[in-house]
Amino acid sequence: MKYIMQLMIILLISFVGELLYYLIPLPIPASIYGIIILFMLLEFKVIKLDQVKDTASFLIEIMPLMFVPAAVGLMDSYDILSKNLISYILVIVVSTLAVMVVSGRITQFFIRRRGEARE
Amino acid sequence: MNEFIAESAYFGVSISLFAFFIGTLIKKRFKSAVFNPLLITIIIVIAVLLLFKIDYDSYYNGAKYLSYLLTPATVSLAVPLYQQWQLLKSNALAIMLGIISGMITSLVCVLAFALILRLDHKDYVTLLPKSITTAIGMGVSEELGGYVAITVAAIVITGILGNVIAESVLKVFKITEPIAKGIAIGSASHAMGTAKAMELGEIEGAMSSLSIVVSGLLTVVGATVFSYIY
Repeated sequence: MKYIMQLMIILLISFVGELLYYLIPLPIPASIYGIIILFMLLEFKVIKLDQVKDTASFLIEIMPLMFVPAAVGLMDSYDILSKNLISYILVIVVSTLAVMVVSGRITQFFIRRRGEARE
Repeated sequence: MNEFIAESAYFGVSISLFAFFIGTLIKKRFKSAVFNPLLITIIIVIAVLLLFKIDYDSYYNGAKYLSYLLTPATVSLAVPLYQQWQLLKSNALAIMLGIISGMITSLVCVLAFALILRLDHKDYVTLLPKSITTAIGMGVSEELGGYVAITVAAIVITGILGNVIAESVLKVFKITEPIAKGIAIGSASHAMGTAKAMELGEIEGAMSSLSIVVSGLLTVVGATVFSYIY
């Protein structure tokens, strides 16, 4: 019964997310609406953590697996990428690295500055 | 045989699971960030498909059920986010500045390369949403008139890359605060990176989840503004 309840809540929220995507003309996917809805429901104590926690943890644990189909799909994308392959790869590699370093360092800088100010 | 595989409901999922199991074993055995389970899985599955001449559509016929779970799994990210909410609120400024600077870095990088490599406008807008989660990125690319299929490929490559390099990059650039690690991974490589952040710890995972949402939504606006520049 526990898992039926938990799965029902998470899938119902996913469905409501889909509905919002259908109704609102913005490029915001069902999953983003869903994350916000579940968070609100937890924050305003409409549902308790125990009512979703086990199923949520299970889904998060197997999440890497869910990216495999799309990633394997890259084997069919070579044709569309080949025209500008080197440019694309260059942009992707450099920007991914830059974003990771900049956002990480800036967050860390402000966390530490705040920590020092407090002492 | 290919006909049977194409009809099979379980081939796609089981080969993916088995490959992931092998990937995890290799990672455990060698403990190096070079042996990334997701990357190993992708290589094994592609190798098997090519070796047995199975086309992608046949594989996807079964494997689509894994993709089906992606929305409920992403919704579930609200749970760690809720659990870390206090920590998040007390570091709100640092977190927001980190995410915003990451988004701007991503857009500026794409702009700089478009100028240097003389990409045309269509290629430029195709790459603008490359750091955000697939579903939002596709929408943005379509809206701005990009090649949606290339955007999807770029997002997936970004995600795999982020997942693979995260541990080494954080180490080399001395990013050690769990909050900063999560923000860095989520801003650079959306949900595929977040899967890695979850492995590193609960705080990292929660912060990375937050980055997907905030960075994704901000990029809708940011990419639109940047599309007028070049």
